[in-house]
Amino acid sequence: MELKKIETILEKYFQGETSISEENELKNYFSSADVAQHLEQYKPIFGYFSKAKEQEFKQTIPLQAKKRKVAWLSIAASVIVLLGISTFTYLHQPQEPNDLGTYDSPEAAFEATQIALSMLSKNVNVGIESVSYINEFQNSKELIFKTK
Amino acid sequence: MNQNDFVKLITPFKDKLFRLSKRLLVSTEEAEDATQEIILKLWNNKENLDSYKNIEAFSMTVTKNYCLDQLKAKRSGNLKLVHDNYIDREPSLDNQLESRDSLNWVEKAINELPEQQKLIIQMRDIEEYEFEEIAKIMDMKETAIRVALSRARKSVKAFMLKTNDYGIKKN
Repeated sequence: MELKKIETILEKYFQGETSISEENELKNYFSSADVAQHLEQYKPIFGYFSKAKEQEFKQTIPLQAKKRKVAWLSIAASVIVLLGISTFTYLHQPQEPNDLGTYDSPEAAFEATQIALSMLSKNVNVGIESVSYINEFQNSKELIFKTK
Repeated sequence: MNQNDFVKLITPFKDKLFRLSKRLLVSTEEAEDATQEIILKLWNNKENLDSYKNIEAFSMTVTKNYCLDQLKAKRSGNLKLVHDNYIDREPSLDNQLESRDSLNWVEKAINELPEQQKLIIQMRDIEEYEFEEIAKIMDMKETAIRVALSRARKSVKAFMLKTNDYGIKKN
């Protein structure tokens, strides 16, 4: 009678229609010593289910977010290094000679400016002289084409 | 929520998360890594955790999605690991050689199943979840779960019959 019941539950089991308690009945039956010969083949299936449930997670629970900490540390470290380098280079910049000196009296300043400007214009004139021969082209063109 | 509360909260079902990851990822080491990763995810999300009615079901869903993602990433990375070579570190599974052997066959039979059926058989036959819970975790209808479960159980049975009769019966 017992066997008949197990067989019907087993039938239902493979149709996916058993309840948890019926499935537990099957598990109990197949873990017992006297399993009917023709049902012996199902023994490992139910045996496996019970055994598989015993596996445990033995690792520690990693609540300290290690990876994150490392990330923050590296960000902080790189910021410090960057700051260090930039302040170092900023402080040790070679001083540009910004101070070019000045004159005390306006006369002296006027004279100096005149000298500077004449020097400039002399140099400009040198440049202009070397270009003046371009006019020759214009002259010869007018000779030939008599535009005027 | 402090660390103690959190540990208390997840202790009842952390083994289930591990077993579910192991069902999908097969190797113990990978499953351990995945479980730690998932617990970390839950911990980082601890502010919102209370808003879920069933934290266990939510964690199972997270585990399922995480492991499926892992499998997808592995496949797209064109890196195929054959996990059959891994030796299970748990000696407690069974000491008797013969029965251990047949239990291993069941494990192999389940490993042959498609991922969805693996998940369902794990949750129903090993973790003993009600269909309603499984439906929620899998985001499927209960009838669909029953159909998939029936298919999975029949495949396991067929696989076992094939290996049992191997060399005994003629085709």
